[in-house]
Amino acid sequence: MTTATTTPYRPSTAKRVQVWLANHFAMLSAILVLLYLFLPVAYTFAFSFNDHGKTNIVWQGFTWKHWQDPCRVDGVCGSLVTSLQVGAISTAVATVLGTLMALAMVRYRFRGKAASNVLIFVPMATPEIVMGAALLTIFVQGFANIGLSLGFTTIVFAHIMFCLSFVVVTVKARIQSLDPRIEEAAQDLYASPMQTFWKVTFPLILPGIAGAAMLAFSLSFDDFIITNFVSGNESTFPKFVYVASRRGIPAEANVIGFSMFVLAVLLVVGAQLVSSVRASKFKE
Amino acid sequence: MSALAHVAGDPDVTPAAPAPEATKRSWTAYLLLLPGALWLGVFFVLPLVQLAAVSLQSRYPGFPGYYYRDVNFENYAAALTDYAPHFARSFLYAGMATFLAFVVAYPLAYAMAFKAGKWRNLMMICVVAPFFTSFILRTFAWSQILADEGWVAGTLNFLHLLPGGNIINTPLAVIAGLTYNFLPFMVLPIYASLERADPRVIEAGGDLYANGFTTFRTVTLPMSMPGVLAGTLLTFIPAAGDFVNMELLGPQRGKMVGNVINDQFLAVPGGYPVAAALSFTLMAAILVMVFLYVRRFGTEELV
Repeated sequence: MTTATTTPYRPSTAKRVQVWLANHFAMLSAILVLLYLFLPVAYTFAFSFNDHGKTNIVWQGFTWKHWQDPCRVDGVCGSLVTSLQVGAISTAVATVLGTLMALAMVRYRFRGKAASNVLIFVPMATPEIVMGAALLTIFVQGFANIGLSLGFTTIVFAHIMFCLSFVVVTVKARIQSLDPRIEEAAQDLYASPMQTFWKVTFPLILPGIAGAAMLAFSLSFDDFIITNFVSGNESTFPKFVYVASRRGIPAEANVIGFSMFVLAVLLVVGAQLVSSVRASKFKE
Repeated sequence: MSALAHVAGDPDVTPAAPAPEATKRSWTAYLLLLPGALWLGVFFVLPLVQLAAVSLQSRYPGFPGYYYRDVNFENYAAALTDYAPHFARSFLYAGMATFLAFVVAYPLAYAMAFKAGKWRNLMMICVVAPFFTSFILRTFAWSQILADEGWVAGTLNFLHLLPGGNIINTPLAVIAGLTYNFLPFMVLPIYASLERADPRVIEAGGDLYANGFTTFRTVTLPMSMPGVLAGTLLTFIPAAGDFVNMELLGPQRGKMVGNVINDQFLAVPGGYPVAAALSFTLMAAILVMVFLYVRRFGTEELV
């Protein structure tokens, strides 16, 4: 340090701004992207208060009336109930079937494993419109002959199908992250296979199963393309909104859409809090 | 398929110590697998077989809208000649949306993985949260945002940056909608693969006198390739088959192939065979592209 001077190096303001920007560039752009993600949600929220006439496109004035009775408009609440029922049933079935498949895929060696992998992967790589079209043809030209017509049941069957692969993949990742020696230890301590599963394996993979169930529910609840093909006259919430969009979506749909958003966020934040509280207790 | 697994949530999952490969061999595996495999067989494979059969049906002479079982490839010829522009638009718009989604998603995924610290979980929730509002409502919100009376079109017109004068009902709006709708499918896998990367490796790039860009190009980006790969597939595939964005944001003419399939099935009487041929062509084209793409850029991690 022979060139040391008496005054310490002070970068110019411009230089400091530049350095600060370089350090925070990623975070700043991330915040911008998050704002972009939330922009339509904010619009949905704002326009739920719009005192609109025939169409809800331009702001016309503030009103509480859509929040006071969201069921006032024909079909909104009925379609919501259908969506919740479809979501609950398909989530339950897909989660059970998918978890069993994931266990087989990780824990066992068997003939046809590669083929099973393909069978699980391809539905995720198939555009929804192709799956919807295929289901429509089989429901109309095949299964209609055995008394299955388009409606609630066909929606549930289709939703279970497209949720299944996502459940398998999510639960599989969780099982793969487990140390198999824990289960071996249980067996060394004379636990039966059933006891080992229910007392050791299941509690350990439960977070994965819960995550998979949440994913399945949100996939089912928000599905429109496949539902549109297989629903017949039955209406789910996304289908109601889509059909309504031709003549103007009523603000009541915004009320319900935004409420579901708030509910889901509370649920996710709650789950996060519970797991972090548990984690800190565990450390003590 | 671990890259896709990360999309499905549970970011806390980290691969455990090298687990001994599954060794159990028993009939139990088949029992566990059977119900799900059966379901996929009946409600995925069988419908596709039926769709293939429909795509080969022939027109009943004299009875418009009636078809009989046949092995007739004319529907495919019609699908490829009459609707070639629709396919081109689908792949072009989906490709552009995928590229834009990558550009927008990367900084967010990067910030979440390396800069967010204790805010990481919150940011994760923020990425997923908008998707709990119905996607059709959000797409409709875009039609309000991009409307001629809206501030986006207003600002751009004020700056004379819009040659046509409007955004809504143009391909631009469709691409914007597709980019927005599938963005989280790009963010989450990139985040998952960056999160597993060791930040010290990136610091080493800087220590070896690489500038920011070189470090990014030669260290960070290659490390996140499995995530980028999964993300582009998860964005491109649904975008190429989508018709909702075109319906709600796009022009009246110049539709995408998804719109044609949807209309032919649900609105045009007797449209099944051509629509089935279109669906199969779309699926085949996507599978071929995915295959080539994975072979070119792929890692073993994807499947």
